[in-house]
Amino acid sequence: TMASPDDLKFQEFEEATDLLLADPGASTLSMSGSSSTALAGATGDIKLDMSDDEGQEESSELLRGEKQTSGFWTFEYYQSFFNVDTMQVLDRVKGSVMPLPGRNFIKHTLQPSPDLYGPFWICVTLVISLAISGNLSTFPNSLGSAHYHYRPQFHRVTIAAVVIFLYAWLVPLGVWGFLTWRQREERQQSGYSFLETVCVYGYSLFIYIPTSVLWILPFEWLRWLLILVAMVISGSVLVLTFWPVVRDDTKVTAFATVATIVVLHALLSIGCKMYFFQTATPTLNHTAAILTNKTH
Amino acid sequence: EKMAEVDELSKPMFAGLSDVSISRDIPVEGEINVPVGTPSHDDEYSTLDEPVKDTILRDLKAVGKKFVHVMYPKKSSTLLRDWDLWGPLLLCVTLALMLQGGSVDSKEDGGPQFAEVFVIIWFGSVIITLNSKLLGGTISFFQSLCVLGYCIMPLTVAMVVCRLVLLGGSGMVSFIVRLIVVTASFSWSTFASTAFLADSQPSNRKALVVYPVFLFYFVIGWMILTFSPSA
Repeated sequence: TMASPDDLKFQEFEEATDLLLADPGASTLSMSGSSSTALAGATGDIKLDMSDDEGQEESSELLRGEKQTSGFWTFEYYQSFFNVDTMQVLDRVKGSVMPLPGRNFIKHTLQPSPDLYGPFWICVTLVISLAISGNLSTFPNSLGSAHYHYRPQFHRVTIAAVVIFLYAWLVPLGVWGFLTWRQREERQQSGYSFLETVCVYGYSLFIYIPTSVLWILPFEWLRWLLILVAMVISGSVLVLTFWPVVRDDTKVTAFATVATIVVLHALLSIGCKMYFFQTATPTLNHTAAILTNKTH
Repeated sequence: EKMAEVDELSKPMFAGLSDVSISRDIPVEGEINVPVGTPSHDDEYSTLDEPVKDTILRDLKAVGKKFVHVMYPKKSSTLLRDWDLWGPLLLCVTLALMLQGGSVDSKEDGGPQFAEVFVIIWFGSVIITLNSKLLGGTISFFQSLCVLGYCIMPLTVAMVVCRLVLLGGSGMVSFIVRLIVVTASFSWSTFASTAFLADSQPSNRKALVVYPVFLFYFVIGWMILTFSPSA
């Protein structure tokens, strides 16, 4: 039987006060607007009930969907990706170098507003630091050689930029695409938006900046140790982030996904080290450098 | 007759305007100024009639005034309002010319070419400007380009000094001298541009805007420091 209109009215008012108590600053305009239409029938009222209960969830869904209120051709759309303060960026950077088990980077630091500032400028800084450190690393090698002539090796900057930026965009695209496809197949609820995936990959690259500076020191064992440390830290940020999403899947898929993420990350760091930080014995440095540069 | 016809046609269009009156209660204030580089008294006469020397001198004076502002950076809104891109272009071309073709063993390993320096400076300035606008800055696009370009001046001066020092030799001493000169001028550039740009940002994001500027001048300073003349 239908409830009398008076009961419905009283119910809505109660829920409105509850919501107001929870968030005193909330505007009450929408409530009064919808309550007048809900009085029209029971079905309308039931709809309103459900939306009230799930109000919190819905708003978080919206926020996770990047609040696309303006079209992608407006400036405000892109401004929403840069809605961060200095302290927030610093917190996110700190979170990317100190992964703690159980602390999902995305859930803990990124939501509700992932940003593009961090990933973009971390990639730029990484490109610059790789190019400059790679340049500087040839210097100690050659201190003994009389024929040394300093080469800025400027074209390497272009290669570094292309590689880093492709990694920072294509790999998250692949990971996100794969996870979203699996999510649809398995009908899971939680998943990350593309922006969040790009964001976590971007911040995870931060540890490579100090690593690349330390790579200047010409000790091979030190360089491999640094790679190991950086990969462990950066890889665990990624694994801790993606494991909760993937573990509900079949064991094989879960492990394969995580393994792929780690392997790609390893390839990036080892590749950077080998390309930019060539080691050659000091006496052969001159000719070896020319030969390796010619092959690139 | 034709003039009368035109008047007849235009009369209905403007007839309604005579009804518009500004109420004395509402104070109407402010400047209706299109922010162009030239001062407003020029509107009274066409610049086509003045001697070329006057036109050039006026623009040169504006550029020179901005150079002085960069040398002694203090907040000045006139600098931001009357932006022009002549200064940045001049500095960029000078720097690129002096930087090109650093070392000669093979074309690949040489220093940055003219086009590379040019692209880095302009592309970098555009990206920094976009960044500061995306973070919510109130400065306009060309004003920011103007400030970033003019603040390259200390680095250009450093480049000239470095070239002179390199004429004397390229040993350790010259390297130390060049390092000091480049570091000082790069700090000066960053400080000068921050003095102009930081005001237009909300206070909790200032560091986010200053960091790319720091990177930009750091890269230019690095290119200057690592310049070595052809053998």
